[in-house]
Formats: sequence, structure tokens, C-alpha cells
Amino acid sequence: MVKVIYVAKDGTRTEVKAQVGDTVMQTALDNDVAGIVGECGGSMMCATCHCYVDDAWTDAAGPRKDGEDDMLDCAADEVKETSRLSCQIQLTPELNGLVVHLPEDQV
Amino acid sequence: MAGIVIVGAGQGGLQAAISLRQEGYEGTITLIGAEDGLPYQRPPLSKAYLKSGDAEALRLRPETFFEKSDITLRSGLWVDRIDRAGRTVHAGAEVFAYDHLILATGTRNLRPPIDGVERALDLRTLDDAKKLREVLSTPQRCAVIGGGFIGLEFAAVARGLGHEVAVAEAADRLMARVVSPEMSQRFLDLHHGLGTAVHLGAAAQGVTRDAMHLADGSEVAADVVLLAAGVRPNTELAAEAGLAVDNGVVVDAQLLTGDPAISALGDCAVFPDPATGRAVRLESVQAATDHARLIARRLVKGDSDGYGAVPWFWSDQADWKLQIAGLSAPGDDTAVRADGAVFRFAGDRLSSVETINNAKTHMQTRKRLGQGPVSRAALKAADLDIAAV
Repeated sequence: MVKVIYVAKDGTRTEVKAQVGDTVMQTALDNDVAGIVGECGGSMMCATCHCYVDDAWTDAAGPRKDGEDDMLDCAADEVKETSRLSCQIQLTPELNGLVVHLPEDQV
Repeated sequence: MAGIVIVGAGQGGLQAAISLRQEGYEGTITLIGAEDGLPYQRPPLSKAYLKSGDAEALRLRPETFFEKSDITLRSGLWVDRIDRAGRTVHAGAEVFAYDHLILATGTRNLRPPIDGVERALDLRTLDDAKKLREVLSTPQRCAVIGGGFIGLEFAAVARGLGHEVAVAEAADRLMARVVSPEMSQRFLDLHHGLGTAVHLGAAAQGVTRDAMHLADGSEVAADVVLLAAGVRPNTELAAEAGLAVDNGVVVDAQLLTGDPAISALGDCAVFPDPATGRAVRLESVQAATDHARLIARRLVKGDSDGYGAVPWFWSDQADWKLQIAGLSAPGDDTAVRADGAVFRFAGDRLSSVETINNAKTHMQTRKRLGQGPVSRAALKAADLDIAAV
């Protein structure tokens, strides 16, 4: 098990336990974390699981995957350097304690 | 206040419940689903799930979500009729009163009048997919009736697992209803390359214990036959309640039926295509969820905006991701860009763009079509660069 912390736009922190191998999106949905929609179920067909990886975690989370940039172009909220699709961040032991910030809008 | 009742707990029905709460609706929400269990995603049933068997990954929301959001989920409950005068929905002995009713009844598999069709398996529900996975756990000769998205996605997975696969499609090309002839050809080549036998212009006429029989008298040896010949909308409830039905529950641009207390969404709804005004029914996650959001905004905020979302679709076959942005009719013109993207035109208007493994062009098209129509002349002048028009 690893820990993931979701920080909502208003600063609310939600800490959840997650399985290694799951994605940051799936973990959010499974734990009722508001602010992640994940409409296409992780098929890289939408940008409704947009998140900002906390500055301290960008290296550990790794770079965007193939096609992620293109999907993020259609994100509802501002796209920053730290923007990722949370369906493309798979949890590893190294990501224990990962902090991601959520945008205000996903749709 | 009797609250809002949603009949159908697929992705669209669930989205309606979620969006109603997100918009601030405080009344009772009852979500009634015919299938057992929690609402789940259907698209992966013929894709990732067939390979992985991971049913938990399909779940749209955990059980706790329904408690937290105060949404009453009634699974495994079959709704028998709607009493419009009394504003109630009846399911066996149970009665649910509504101020507003949302029909999200979806579709069911079309079962054409083919001899022995009861032997054929379906791929529509999680139970169907579980059964197929069991069958595919030992070597099989698979025959597929229907060369559309579902049939071809199944074929690609089954071939990937090493099974023999044959596909019979009644039309003269694959996915004829939804993609251009150019795209049909590319996918025919893909499936041939995978080692699948594809029979075009080949209507299935019968299914026996060990074969699929085609209209030309030939037969294809098969241990298992998948029926993937399309779906029909579940409109009986609406029709029996006296609502207009024409290849789906007829709704206006607000997604309202003729009864101001009843809306319909998703695969079961026929609505005016924002681009053409033509009555269309779409089988897609996009339409189901965008419909749901519009209905929620209308019911909670009183929004009167007409539905205007750009349709999009996808299909995963082997390592090809087909993406379609927009909506074309089978006869629309095509122009193929050097990189393979297929642009389709209804007269002078760009109707859709089809791409394979090209998310950039797909997303550019979705974005651009959302801003308004694109003319063929302008696109031609820009060398088919959708981002430049």
C-alpha cells in the first residue's frame, strides 16, 4: 500500500491508501475523491482526470506519456508544466506519499 | 417533493445522478438499474477487460459514493411501466414517485432472425464478457457475426490470445455505418494481417453446434459464435407510456420528451444533431455523459441552452486506436491527408475526422468543431491543417 494525497482547489487535503499498480485516477474514484471525473475510464480519450503533480514529486512521477500532451490541450482548466492526466500515473513504491493538486474544473 | 427518478444505471444514468448533485440538487435521487451490482463502464468489456478480467477496474463509483452523495441506487430492479398522469414509475410491487423522470434505458443486442441464434453469445454486459473470457480460456475457433466496433474489438483480442477467428459482415465493408471506406479498408488490412478471416457481404444465416452458416451456402467451422450485429434501443417503457418513439425515445434539443416531466439521454435517445438538425441516436459514452450534464443543468439551474456537444468515438483494435471526432453519414465525401488522417465532408461542411493513433489531430478537431462549423474550402486552403482554420 502507498499513500496518495489529493489537494482540492480550496486547499482541502484528502489522504488515501492505494494499491501499487493502480493509477492516481482509479485511486481517486475508488476513494470518492471529488475533482477527478475520469470519464473515459483511462482510455486517453478525454482530459477529465487532469491533475497538477506537486513540485516535490514531479521527478518521481516522471514525464508525460505519449499522447498526453495532446489530450491536455483540451483540459477544462489551465495547463501548467506540472499538469498530468492522472490515469497515466501508475503508483509505484517510490510514489508513496505522492501529492497531487486538483484543478477547479474537469469538464 | 417527490424527487428525480432515473431509469437505467449505466454510465449516462449514473452521470445524471452525479451531475444533479454537483449542480446542487437537494431532493431525492433514485437510480434504478436492471443489472445487479454497481454501475460499471461498458467500453472496456470488449477491450481491456477481455484481456485482464479485472472487473473492479470497470466500476464507475464505489458503494460509499452513493451513501455520501445521498443517491439511492436500486440495482437488479426491472421497471415495468410509467404512469405519466400519476408521475410514478412501477417496478413489480414497488412504486417510485417523481417530479422529473430521466430515461437512460440504453440498448440491448439486436438478435436477428438467424437459425440457431440462441447458440450465439453476446458481448454487452459484464456477465456476457465473463462468459466469453471463460470460453477463451481454452483454444477455440471463434466466429463473429458483425464487423462493427464490438465484433472487431473482440476479434482482435481473440486473435491476440491465439484463437482462430472469422468475422462475417453483411455489408460490403467493415464498420460501414460509422467510418469512411478508406478507414474500412485499413482495418480490413489490419485484421487480415492479424490472421483473421474476414467475410464481407456475408450475412450469417445460421448457427449450429460447430459452424456459422453464411447466406451464400458456405460455412465457417466454429466452436463459439459471437453475435455482434448491432443493438436496438430500449424504448418499450416510453412507447407504452405514449411518448414518441422513432428508433429511440424522441427528445428535443433540451433532451426533453413530449412530456415536460420526462427527459431521455444516451443510447436510447433520438435527438437533433447540433450540426445538421437531423434526428440522430448515438451509441457512445460521450453522448450519454454530455446529455446527462445538460439535463442536470436544466433541471437544477434552469439553463435553456440547447445540446451542442461535439460527438466523439473510439475503438481499440490490436495496437490501433481509432478516434473519430464529429459525425458523418455513410455517403459523406472523404479527403485523406498525407499522414493518414481522413477528413469527411457533408457538402461543403467538415462532418468528421478519423485518425489512427493520432490523438493530436483528434483533439484539435474536437476543439475546433466545438467553436463552429469548418468549411471544406478553408480546410483545403490550409492543406487540411485543422488547427489552422
